[in-house]
Amino acid sequence: MRVKNFATPLLVVIGIAITFALSYYGLVNAYYLQIAQYVGIYTIMVLGINLVNGYLGIFSLGHAGIMAVGAYTSGLLSKYVLTDPALFPLCILLGATAALISGFVISIPSFKVRGDYLAIITLGFTLILKSLLQNMEFVGGARGLRNIPGNTNIMWVFIWLVIAIAAVRLFINSKYGRSTMAIREDEIAAELVSVNIKKTKIVVFGFSAFLIGVSGGLLSHLLSYTNPNTFGYAMIAEGLIMVYLGGMASISGSFLGAALWTLLVEILRPLGVWRWIVGAVLLIIIMIFRPSGLLGGRELNIGAFLRQITRRDSAKAALEVANGGK
Amino acid sequence: MNSKDREQKNQPILAVENLCVAYGKIKALKEISFQVYSGEIVSLLGSNGAGKTTTLNAISGIVPAQSGKIVFRGQNLVGMPTHKIVQCGIAHVPEGRRIFPELTVEENLHIAGYLFSNRNKPLLEQRMEYIFSLFPRLKERRQQAGGTLSGGEQQMLAIGRALITGGDLLLMDEPSMGIAPNLVEEIFATIQTINQKNGLTIFLVEQNAMMAMEISNYCYVLETGVIAHEGVSKDLMQDDSVARAYLGESI
Repeated sequence: MRVKNFATPLLVVIGIAITFALSYYGLVNAYYLQIAQYVGIYTIMVLGINLVNGYLGIFSLGHAGIMAVGAYTSGLLSKYVLTDPALFPLCILLGATAALISGFVISIPSFKVRGDYLAIITLGFTLILKSLLQNMEFVGGARGLRNIPGNTNIMWVFIWLVIAIAAVRLFINSKYGRSTMAIREDEIAAELVSVNIKKTKIVVFGFSAFLIGVSGGLLSHLLSYTNPNTFGYAMIAEGLIMVYLGGMASISGSFLGAALWTLLVEILRPLGVWRWIVGAVLLIIIMIFRPSGLLGGRELNIGAFLRQITRRDSAKAALEVANGGK
Repeated sequence: MNSKDREQKNQPILAVENLCVAYGKIKALKEISFQVYSGEIVSLLGSNGAGKTTTLNAISGIVPAQSGKIVFRGQNLVGMPTHKIVQCGIAHVPEGRRIFPELTVEENLHIAGYLFSNRNKPLLEQRMEYIFSLFPRLKERRQQAGGTLSGGEQQMLAIGRALITGGDLLLMDEPSMGIAPNLVEEIFATIQTINQKNGLTIFLVEQNAMMAMEISNYCYVLETGVIAHEGVSKDLMQDDSVARAYLGESI
């Protein structure tokens, strides 16, 4: 028990040290480092999407729009207002806060509308936001926002990722987490066990949007550039693919989905446009054989896995001893 | 107990006065009034579409009341959101059971218990044990997903989930629907146990009129949104005309 209590913080500290060294001394090929950062950023986004689409069970397509809010708000802030690189975390935080407010707004139609209709409303939100950004000259219009300071590095991605995972874990095990899952299973039954449906939905949408906003901010500071087209249909689709690939309502699944998809896209790069077809076919296959994703509703538990293996081994050993005794 | 005894008791725990509920232009309930006294089992009988489920849903706020009053322990519930109403002490076993299908038996009970026990773990454990003592079958299947249980077991789980909230008035919507006869008997026996041993007041909606009347003290018969008959269960059972008109020939 004691070792377990120390293990996580220790791993986090070691992780921060390693990622700091990586970004500071440039030990690893920049290309691989970039991929690792993508994986981290997308994991944060997928965690956010998973809160609404997985844990709450509401099919929303608002994540691209919410990500744009986070990306543009933090990008503008660090380019024009909080230009000191030391204030980078604050920029991300404020961008995520702006995204959180947009999440509250999206949650309002979810009180009355459900299913396909809500999906269309949230899609509308994303598309309206994209058009707005394309037509606002002071954020660069369709050309996009250039010269955002490239403050994102692997260390910051790691730190935000740890915060995101810890926050989602705490949330899922809290009163709100239980209420969220009750709503997913049956809204009326949830009400009958005293779940405040509206409040829970607002909180989940807000929290989800906050995480997606963080990932948007990190992404724009990684590329030093962002444009409205980044947050269109492609982002909607990729976000959903990563959620469904890794697994609905699963934290480790979110990471798995983000990692697998990012790596797949990179590995298939030589195929050019054809890689999207390969990706889509893969998704169809997964949906047929594992409809709720690779780790749908479950968590990868290395400790339990190891225990199971050792137990099996000891059981086997006991069996052998017994057989040998005959 | 007869009607007079009933009136001599003090305040009813639940008093519904002139309740009207409408779905659009269709009036489902037309000014119905009834009372449930503490410690009783009261049945609401009637055929399909009489408005039985609507009555229960109006009490727990799932369906809004158009006019009238629903007074629970002196407090008017009309206009209150459902999650507040259940916190006042009304436990509702909904029609069609509505358990959480992908969660295990234990999780189903935990979610309900957790929200009500205010992180009081011993109280939650104590209530879990109480539910498992009422329904040993649930204990055997505590790690099984709710959706994989049989109809009767799901009904037990739905009742358990309502009981774990610790309410004083249990509303039950057709607990016998779609369940094997032997399990129906078991469930009705448990309902009686809960009422007699734990003093829980029960308001029961049933199509299975005979069984409901056997365990209940007082009955109301609902016909197309109006209370057509009421009386002490024993008297009502003997009343042939009532039985034939509202409860089916078989009785």
